[in-house]
Amino acid sequence: MAEIVENKGSRKKRKKNLTRVDLTPMVDLGFLLITFFMLTTYFNEPTTMEIIMPDTGDTDQPNELKAYTALTILLNEKNEVFYYQGLKQTAEVKQTSFKSNGGLRDVIIAHKKYVNDYKQDHVGENGVESDDEASILIKPNKNSNYDNLVNSLDEMEINQISTYVLVDITEQEQNLIAQAKN
Amino acid sequence: MPRNKLPRKSTHIDMTAMCDVAFLLLTFFMLATKFKPDEPVIVKTPRSISAFPQPENSVLLTIDKTGKVFFSFDNTAAKKEMIKGMDEEKGLGLSEQAKLNFINGKTVGHPFGALETALTWDGSEGEISYPGIPNDTKSFAAENNELVFWVKSAMLWTQSIGQEVPRICIKADSQTPYPKIRAVITALTKNRINRINLLTSAQAIPPGTAAYEEAMAAAEK
Repeated sequence: MAEIVENKGSRKKRKKNLTRVDLTPMVDLGFLLITFFMLTTYFNEPTTMEIIMPDTGDTDQPNELKAYTALTILLNEKNEVFYYQGLKQTAEVKQTSFKSNGGLRDVIIAHKKYVNDYKQDHVGENGVESDDEASILIKPNKNSNYDNLVNSLDEMEINQISTYVLVDITEQEQNLIAQAKN
Repeated sequence: MPRNKLPRKSTHIDMTAMCDVAFLLLTFFMLATKFKPDEPVIVKTPRSISAFPQPENSVLLTIDKTGKVFFSFDNTAAKKEMIKGMDEEKGLGLSEQAKLNFINGKTVGHPFGALETALTWDGSEGEISYPGIPNDTKSFAAENNELVFWVKSAMLWTQSIGQEVPRICIKADSQTPYPKIRAVITALTKNRINRINLLTSAQAIPPGTAAYEEAMAAAEK
């Protein structure tokens, strides 16, 4: 294919010169490209995060949340995060952030530890059971964005919180954010 | 001892055949690569540590920065039945060409009224604007809400050809306001679609966290 045989009809006495091309570099290039395409196509696969929303058609009363296990995360505009422990909406609201150090992650880790300690000290009292786990309520405000939501859902996975729920924010909580900012 | 003189042979190997194979494979991979579906909008997904791959043949709802919703679906066989069924049920009056374009992978981002024009648009006359699929926040019943109708049709017609019900994936931009996302999720949950996959781009698990320790323990096994 890549050979060109010289015309034998030529009478001139010439050294027979076979024009054979060395194809090794071309093969190298070919395989290099194959490898490249194979690797890049693999890495581009998108990943997903699975969420399971509570069934709205369910008439059953949802499980009662124990006050000491609850942590509410409020997402606000400009990537601001607020949180409070317990279920009372009069609780003190503190501000945090999505930073990996000293941010929401540390708040969740601290809360997990708090729930564990409390459980050990008070087991048997007021319905405290030994298999209670930290539960987190995520309440995005209307001016928060999708990134905030995914970031906080991601924190659930990073810290292995198995009980979390996405709920609508209440007016009272919106007021709490406003107060906490001042 | 006299030695038999072997005729000297050149050690050159003919690389032509190998070169042929290399380029044949290269061509194969280039053609077999599934290219990103033609997307009308650029969506930058947020990052997460989750590593579930996107389920195959899933319905993809793309939500752009402004909250417009787009519908795309990969299952060609199901789409064929689906567009026929939808056309009959809603009386959309779609031409054969429009149906074919839909089957061959056009992303839908128009209300039913503009569907025919949008699906037959061939890119010749300037830009086409995508208003997005209407998601009526007052009613989430399939008869009134177009987005729900699209999703429900995709599920129904995939089932009708004997395949598993497709999963619903949401691919939204990081900057999309939360109420827009909530509206789509509510539309799905009101129709008892409770398992939703959110498309994210991969990110490494931060060291020192609970998930990191578990991943390390799993890797050691």
